[in-house]
Amino acid sequence: MQFSEQWLRTFVDPQLNSAELGHLLTMAGLEVEEAEPAAPAFKGVVVARIVEADKHPNADKLKLCKVDAGSGELLQIVCGAPNAAAGMKVPCAVVGAVLPGEFEIKKAKLRGVESFGMLCSARELGLSEDHGGLYALPDDAPVGADIRDYLGLDDTLFTIKLTPNRADCLSLTGVAREVAAITGVPLRQAVVEAVEPAFEGRRDIVLDAPQACPRYCGRILRGVDAKAPTPEWMARRLVRSGVRAISALVDITNYVMLELGQPLHAFDNTKLEGAIHVRMPAAGEQVLLLNEQTVTPAADTLLIADEKRALALAGIMGGEDSGITLETTEVFLESAFFAPDAIAGRARSYGFSSDASHRFERGVDPELARTAIERATRLVLEICGGEAGPVIEALAPEALPARPPVRLRPARARRVLGVTLDDAAMLALLERVHLQVGREGDDFLITPPSWRFDIEIEEDLIEELARLHGYDNIPAIAPQGSLMMLPSSEHGRPVWALRHLLAARGYQEVVNFAFVEEAWERDFCANEQPIRLANPIASHLSVMRSSLIPGLVGTLATNRKRQIDRVRVFEVARVFERKADGEPVRGFHQVMNIAGLAAGSVAPEQWGERARNVDFFDVKGDLEALFAPRELSFAPLSHPALHPGRAASVRLDGHSIGVIGELHPVWVQRYELGTAPVVFEVALDAALSARLPAYAEISRMPAVRRDLALVLAADIAVERVLEVLREVAPAIVREICLFDVYHGKGIDPDKKSLAFRVSMQDTQRTLEDAEVEAAMAVLVRQAETVLGGRLRGTGC
Amino acid sequence: MEQLDQLVQQAAAEFAAAADGAQLEQAKARYLGKSGSLTERLKSLGKLEPDARREAGAAINAAKVAIEGALEARRNALREAALQAQLAAEALDVTLPGRGGVQGGLHPVSRTLERVEQLFGSIGFVVADGPEIETDWHNFTALNTPENHPARSMHDTFYLEGHDDVLLRTHTSPVQIRAMQAHVERHRAAEAMPDLRIIAPGRVFRVDSDATHSPMFHQVEGLWVGEKVSFADLKGVIADFLRRFFETDDLQVRFRPSFFPFTEPSAEIDVAFMSGALEGRWLEIAGCGVVHPNVLRFGGIDPERYTGFAFGMGPDRLTMLRYGVNDLRLFFEGDLRFLGQFR
Repeated sequence: MQFSEQWLRTFVDPQLNSAELGHLLTMAGLEVEEAEPAAPAFKGVVVARIVEADKHPNADKLKLCKVDAGSGELLQIVCGAPNAAAGMKVPCAVVGAVLPGEFEIKKAKLRGVESFGMLCSARELGLSEDHGGLYALPDDAPVGADIRDYLGLDDTLFTIKLTPNRADCLSLTGVAREVAAITGVPLRQAVVEAVEPAFEGRRDIVLDAPQACPRYCGRILRGVDAKAPTPEWMARRLVRSGVRAISALVDITNYVMLELGQPLHAFDNTKLEGAIHVRMPAAGEQVLLLNEQTVTPAADTLLIADEKRALALAGIMGGEDSGITLETTEVFLESAFFAPDAIAGRARSYGFSSDASHRFERGVDPELARTAIERATRLVLEICGGEAGPVIEALAPEALPARPPVRLRPARARRVLGVTLDDAAMLALLERVHLQVGREGDDFLITPPSWRFDIEIEEDLIEELARLHGYDNIPAIAPQGSLMMLPSSEHGRPVWALRHLLAARGYQEVVNFAFVEEAWERDFCANEQPIRLANPIASHLSVMRSSLIPGLVGTLATNRKRQIDRVRVFEVARVFERKADGEPVRGFHQVMNIAGLAAGSVAPEQWGERARNVDFFDVKGDLEALFAPRELSFAPLSHPALHPGRAASVRLDGHSIGVIGELHPVWVQRYELGTAPVVFEVALDAALSARLPAYAEISRMPAVRRDLALVLAADIAVERVLEVLREVAPAIVREICLFDVYHGKGIDPDKKSLAFRVSMQDTQRTLEDAEVEAAMAVLVRQAETVLGGRLRGTGC
Repeated sequence: MEQLDQLVQQAAAEFAAAADGAQLEQAKARYLGKSGSLTERLKSLGKLEPDARREAGAAINAAKVAIEGALEARRNALREAALQAQLAAEALDVTLPGRGGVQGGLHPVSRTLERVEQLFGSIGFVVADGPEIETDWHNFTALNTPENHPARSMHDTFYLEGHDDVLLRTHTSPVQIRAMQAHVERHRAAEAMPDLRIIAPGRVFRVDSDATHSPMFHQVEGLWVGEKVSFADLKGVIADFLRRFFETDDLQVRFRPSFFPFTEPSAEIDVAFMSGALEGRWLEIAGCGVVHPNVLRFGGIDPERYTGFAFGMGPDRLTMLRYGVNDLRLFFEGDLRFLGQFR
């Protein structure tokens, strides 16, 4: 909410400067977001009257004016403004004045004629962008008065950010009450006296939905001049509250809303038919709103209607064809209490908000309606003339918010806040905010005033105490507790260990958005039915990702555009899929994955290593390192994102936990990546699990090593060969390790040669040649029979 | 005798002249070899009388020792020279860069989160986690924010197409509810629940995007529920954390009244540095408060017996302040020139 400091000070005037006042508001929970001066700094500008305005003898576009600036003698001032005319009152910067921008006014000679000052436009004083001519002041402006005083320019415009619970501060009165409570300075609130009805004209009001609207005051005013000008003081206060001055009747309703916090609405009484009904809509009913939007109100949107039709959305916005115009002479004024539950969220559902709905959905003082209608009546009669009928008040007392007293246990307040305030001090604080306090044993029984509808439970009072005592005055203590160690498990690793491991292997962590382009899901995950956002912020951020790989490819593309060739990145994040019995949120499967991407040269450009691009096995090595000492296994895989011959599923303990592979060349081309990246993505929980090391006896006996070179069909996977050999290997075989892969001369083109080193050892005795040879023979036979291989150097 | 002296001198000169091991061995053979001059002389001793033989023998032996000494000295000198030559040949340009890859690094916000976890871990907070697609109930209702509550408009929420009751969590606070429920379940049989202390870092989402807002950003939720937890404890923990996190006592922390549906009393936490580029400016870094009794109830905890405090910090903001980053969006753009600065 925005308001003028000067206006506030008419209600409460503490001995604080603007900055101190702002700090006080902020620390009371009314956060000052901005405090702007109403006008820039300038001095020496007074109200003046142009006595004569003649043509300049030497210039067509200049005028030679005689000006009364209240100094006792007329000043001769040369002026170029087209609207300068005798009799006009304008701001005059006299010699010695300093205008905004440190512009000092001196005696000057213009086209041979002396000039003793400058007549000013609003723009020259920094008051507006209007430079159409001199700033025309009202005829009753006192000549000689300092313009800053006359226009009240030494003012600060405060913008406060109000939290939803402090709707009582959505008015000048509310803020003033708060300032008075905290400073102890008395509140000056004018008593609004009822206007005696001058005629009997009335319009009945029917509360068809009393829970939504338990109180509605209406009043007819007639003989009103809607074209009367809004007084300068009112317009100024409105403008400084960020509200545009429109016409007297509209301005008055806005003014009372700002002053007291009660939104009002003015109907043109001649456009209403019969009684006013406050009711829920009929099916299909429509309302044309003031903003020229036609809405079909939902069943839970409260309406103001007459006997013929719906007129307005209650507490939200008036209707286009029942509102006042400049031609209006008869007004039906509405001042009502709408229950927050009946208003909350409705305006938003139609795609707008209004000052009225903003207040009603947060809460308006239910006792304020009558005061506000009287205040508005007075202002209308004062400004627009006319006469007022009686106030018609429809009331459903049983539906008004109940205000049972709230119990406060001082001991609990002390415990929750950690303070040592005694009961008397608490009482003094509570009474400062007009809370009626009774006692029942040790407890306080507190009845809040009607405007403090935010006080409903004990915690509300504890908060009030904290605020009034001052958050600064609550001590900051180091908590005490029983010392218990946190668990530290060797069966898992912290995710930080994985991050640091990948970082040490050259990968940079990135954070990509959880929502991505729909095309990414289709291209990289073959996901035609992604989880779509109902309200995405942009079309390229419209579906939830089911894989981290597309995001990393995007990171690659971003960096390639910035001429960075070598990219190694990883991300740890959640992925999302549909799953009927998903946990913990039904319908969705959402788990953390860890994914990496490497592209470009294997090492940064350097002298010491031959340059080559990163390949599948580089990244596979990184992935294996991530899981070491546990061993992963790999099997060929068909995956929409990956090169069909260079992709594998990643398995741990017999379960598939992810994928690795080179990006499919089609995507490399489509996404303009240059060289193909190698990517992996695995389940985070698999990567986090760890195995407790277990001791196995170390043999003191000599080990025997034998090489085994096998020629096999080229399409037999190494992992398969190892699996088959290990299946039959006698116990003495400790390890079978691949040390060479050979294609080429001496080997058929559809074959390959694999060389294994077989390590054999027994813990208890030295092996004999015969058992070593027998073990090797078993392996060779197995390779021959199961894999169709042969020993290299034998056969053809 | 003079002849022997001459011989020794001559041998020493020849040895010195030998340029390498082979020449030296040849020179050695000329004196000490089978038919070397000294060997010849030893052979000729037999022809002498015993006394003369003893005398001459001693002289020859002395000469032999001298020659062998010269030989050994020369050998050492040559060996040393060869070593020096080898070392000189093997010298490297030690200013050439080391071989191998460069280090990667953690995301700057991860750096912050790791430290946040460590600092809070040091006083017994454990890390908790919750889903990012969250139920409306956990994100709002259980946090004392019923439907149509004006506080819901403080969060511009992403919803999922075809679902009314799920959303992308707008804050990490729903983890409070899940953690409380799990804690209650775990200690169902106990006479008194031990304190619940959690920290829940994670990603959250709001429909907002400009220079200071990202539709996805990070939060860290903190929660401490126990029988004796007060607002004063909250102030103590947060002030302690900020001083440890920024590694300075040269900062002020202020708690300013505010409103969150799930805490009461509630506060915004502002911090101001007393030196540096941001000197004297109050910067908002977290929201906090005493856990609202309705929230404890939703979590299954008796608010009469237990109280608690909760806070939600912006680790992105903490990271920006810590490292002087001036644009939030950089964290999510994946530009390696930016991310590489935080290794």
